[in-house]
Formats: sequence, C-alpha cells, structure tokens
Amino acid sequence: MDYALQQLLNALAFGAEYSLVALGLAVVFSIMGLVNFAHGEIIGVSAYSVFLAAALGLTSPFVAVLLAVGMAALAAVVFERVAFRPVRYAPTTTGLLTAFGVSIVVQNLFMLLISPKPQSVSILNGLNQMWFFGPFAVSSLQVMELIVSGLTILALVLFLNRSTLGLAIRAAARDFATVRLMGIKANRVIATAFAISGALAGIAAVFILARRGSVSPDLGFGLVLKAFVACVIGGFGSLPGAAVGGMLLGFIEVGLLVALPQEYAGFRDALTYAIIVALLVYRPEGLLGQRIELGDKEI
Amino acid sequence: MLKVEKLVVRYGAVTAVRELSLEVGQGELVALLGPNGAGKSSTINALTGLVTPASGRIVLDGKDISHVRTEDRIRAGLTATPEGRHIFSNLSVGENLRLGAATRRDPAGVRQDIERFLSLFPVLSERFGQAAGTLSGGEQQMLAIARSLMSRPKLLLLDEPSLGLAPKIVARIFDFIGELKAQGLTLLVVEQNAKQALRFADRVYVVSSGTLRYDGPPARLADEHGLFNLYIGG
Repeated sequence: MDYALQQLLNALAFGAEYSLVALGLAVVFSIMGLVNFAHGEIIGVSAYSVFLAAALGLTSPFVAVLLAVGMAALAAVVFERVAFRPVRYAPTTTGLLTAFGVSIVVQNLFMLLISPKPQSVSILNGLNQMWFFGPFAVSSLQVMELIVSGLTILALVLFLNRSTLGLAIRAAARDFATVRLMGIKANRVIATAFAISGALAGIAAVFILARRGSVSPDLGFGLVLKAFVACVIGGFGSLPGAAVGGMLLGFIEVGLLVALPQEYAGFRDALTYAIIVALLVYRPEGLLGQRIELGDKEI
Repeated sequence: MLKVEKLVVRYGAVTAVRELSLEVGQGELVALLGPNGAGKSSTINALTGLVTPASGRIVLDGKDISHVRTEDRIRAGLTATPEGRHIFSNLSVGENLRLGAATRRDPAGVRQDIERFLSLFPVLSERFGQAAGTLSGGEQQMLAIARSLMSRPKLLLLDEPSLGLAPKIVARIFDFIGELKAQGLTLLVVEQNAKQALRFADRVYVVSSGTLRYDGPPARLADEHGLFNLYIGG
C-alpha cells in the first residue's frame, strides 16, 4: 500500500512537472506557431539566477523562488524581443531554427561565463523533506509540486477566461489578424504569452533545483523534449491537451518503472515511445487536438 | 472623414489595387462594389493596416494614418468587420463582444452596450455563454458587426456582409446597416451584392481589376445598365 501510494505520488509529481513545461510550450505555439526549443534555457536562466544570487549571499528560499519565477518570465520576454520578433512573419522553420540557435547560444554562455560542470545550489533543499502521515512517508517536494501545479493551472485558466488579455490570447490562437482588428496590440499579446510561458518554466525550475540540488548548462533541454512529447500526445497547440499529455506521460513513465522487471529496465524509454506511437496511430491529432483536414483553407 | 489617395496594393508580382482614390464623408454610407477579385478586400485590409500598401496615402480625420499600426488605427476610431465574419469561434458570444470593447476603459458603458446588442439580437442573448462557432452564418454576421460596434467607432468598414447568407437574412442585415446609418455612423460597405448595398448608399464606387470604374450616385449607376451588368452582373 505504501509502495503503491508512493508510486502514484511519483507519477502525479512527474506528470505535473511535464504539464507545467508543456503548457509553456503550448501557450506560445498556439498563438505564434513557434515550437520554442529554447524553453529549456529559460529554465536554465532561472536556475542560474538562483545559483548566482545564492553565491552573492541570498539566504531566503522564499526570495529565491520569486527570483526564479521572475527571471524566467523576464528571460522569455527578452528572448521574444531579441530573437523571435524579427522572424515573427518568417516561415515556421525559420522560427524553429532560431529557437535552436537561442538554445545553443545560451547554453554556451552558461558554460563560458559560469562553468560546464554542475554547480551546487542548496538554498531550496529545505523544500525536499519527508513528511510522515501515520504509516505513510511522502516527499514534501512531490506534494508541493502537485499542489502548486494545480493552483498554477487554475490561475492560468482564470486568467485566460476572465481577463481581456487572456481572452485575446485564446482568440489569437485561432485568428491573430482579427484580434488586432479589436485594437489589441499584437506585441502585447505575444509578450504576455511569453511571460506566462516563462513563469511556468520558472516554477518548474524551482522544483528541479530543489530535487537535484545542482544546476548544469543542459538542465532544461531533456525536460523540454519530454514536454514536447507531452504536447504531441495532447494535441499540439491545445492547452488542456498539454496539461493532460504531461500527466499521461508521467503516468506512462512511472507505470513502466513499476511494471517492468529489473532486467528489462533498459527498455523503459523504448516502451514509453512505443505506447505514444500507438496512441498517435489511433489519434494522429493528439488526444485533444483538432483534426486539420489537408487541403482545407481558412477563409 | 476618410480620404484615400492613389492606393496601390501588391502581393509579390500581382497588383491587386491600382492607384485607387476614394472619399467617405461624415455620416455617409458609401458602397464599394465590384466582382470577385476586384481588389475590394485588399482595399479594406490596406485601410485597416493588415496589409501594407506599396504606395498611396490614407487620411482619417485630416491625419495621415498610412504608417500607423492596425491597433492604433482602431483606437483612432476606424474599425472593420472582415470578410467571412471571422468571429472567434472558440470564444463565447459574450467573450466576443467583450473583446470588441478591448480598447475601452469604461466598464459600465461596455456593459450597457452589450445589453443593447443583446436586446437588439435576442438570439445572441440566448446563446450568450455558448461558443460563437455554434451560431448560424447570419447570427455570426450579426455578432461580427455588433463586436465591431463595441469599440464605438466613428467609421465602420464592412467587408461583404452578405457573403454566404440567404437572401432573407442579407435583407435583415442591410436593414440593420440602414439603421446604423440613420444613427449617424459613417460606413464604407464592400459588396458583390449590389442590389442590397445600393438600398442605403449615398454614393457608389465600382472597382474591377483593382481600378476604379465608376464614382457617383447609385441612381446613375442603375441607369447605366451596361456598366452595371459589366462589373456587377444581374
């Protein structure tokens, strides 16, 4: 029982983390058609900010969390302003290559200016403790991860449904030109989407730092690949799809970890992707994506 | 109120609009007629700034807005209901109307205007919380026009309000356009359906192949049958 509960919590926590990062990718993709592979470097900027602040004498974990989220949002907005805005109307592949370019440049900056080796960050370690509920021992970090992700998604849903800017982001996902006809500034809508995307990455960065206790230049890259997969599962560009896809990916991974005997553990990733491929054969547009008819044209 | 001088719109090697000049005076309803592909929608898109003209001047209330961004043109009092309606189908009817008022800072006035349109179009009231994509074509057109009016424009550009709608519904939409004119709104209506567009028009421009072919009162256009048939048909 204890073991089952622990694994369920594991799956939920992994899923929540994938969901946060996948939502960040999806919110930008939905309005710009840009797959932002530099999203992982936003997580990197966030983590290195905490590392530098701690090195300069910051001791408050609370301030560290605010710094991580704030710097991530700022980094996302700066990436958009400097790198993505000039290629906004270029073909999709240009945006994709630009994102890879930003990713490589920023990773190399981390290596040159700080170090290619992992750097220890202990300021957030306090978040990761064991809590005991009667006979059950659970990781405080996983519980927080679940609660914070849930609240964040709730806040995002409220923002997208209640505020004018949120409505504009949802509308822009379908028809950007008409959003501009409402007198809403395109730059503002896009900058807000990037800021949201960055803040979500920053929240993920806090949990990664608290779990690993260290930061390295390639910190976010692997996670963004996972988030990309989560988006594909859910249906690219669909926000509910990204959240559901992230959760599902967490459950598949942990499920296989539990189900596979030790000697087959090496097949875990292969099986994960086999399941996803099977899912996409059944639903090529993803779980919650919209089927795009080939040859169809928006009027 | 609106003055367009020698507007040229090009898409690559194709010239869609050739040195088009037109004027819309305060309180007027001006119809811009022409067959499919005549450059009417390109003209509208150049007026809203969604397309950048190759050359020419656009003057609104004496101010040259040729290089002003779309968003700021809307804030200056010009707005457009695009061809094909372009309602936000994934948003509810109410959310569509709210976005139409995005430039306004008077929440009480916005609520009042929403109430006004809901009583004007009861079907929008019934479907207030539903996705706008579930409305019929005619209802979507009503919503699209109401959404444009939510910004309280001085000048409304209507691009093919009759497109894809049944004749009875087209007549109702033009009744409403006539009411808007009676209330003092200035309108530029682009149409292929000449009969409806001429009901309330003060003046008419006819374009074909991007060039102006006629400029004058609707009565004379109807008289000159050759011209009418040649460019508009029927």
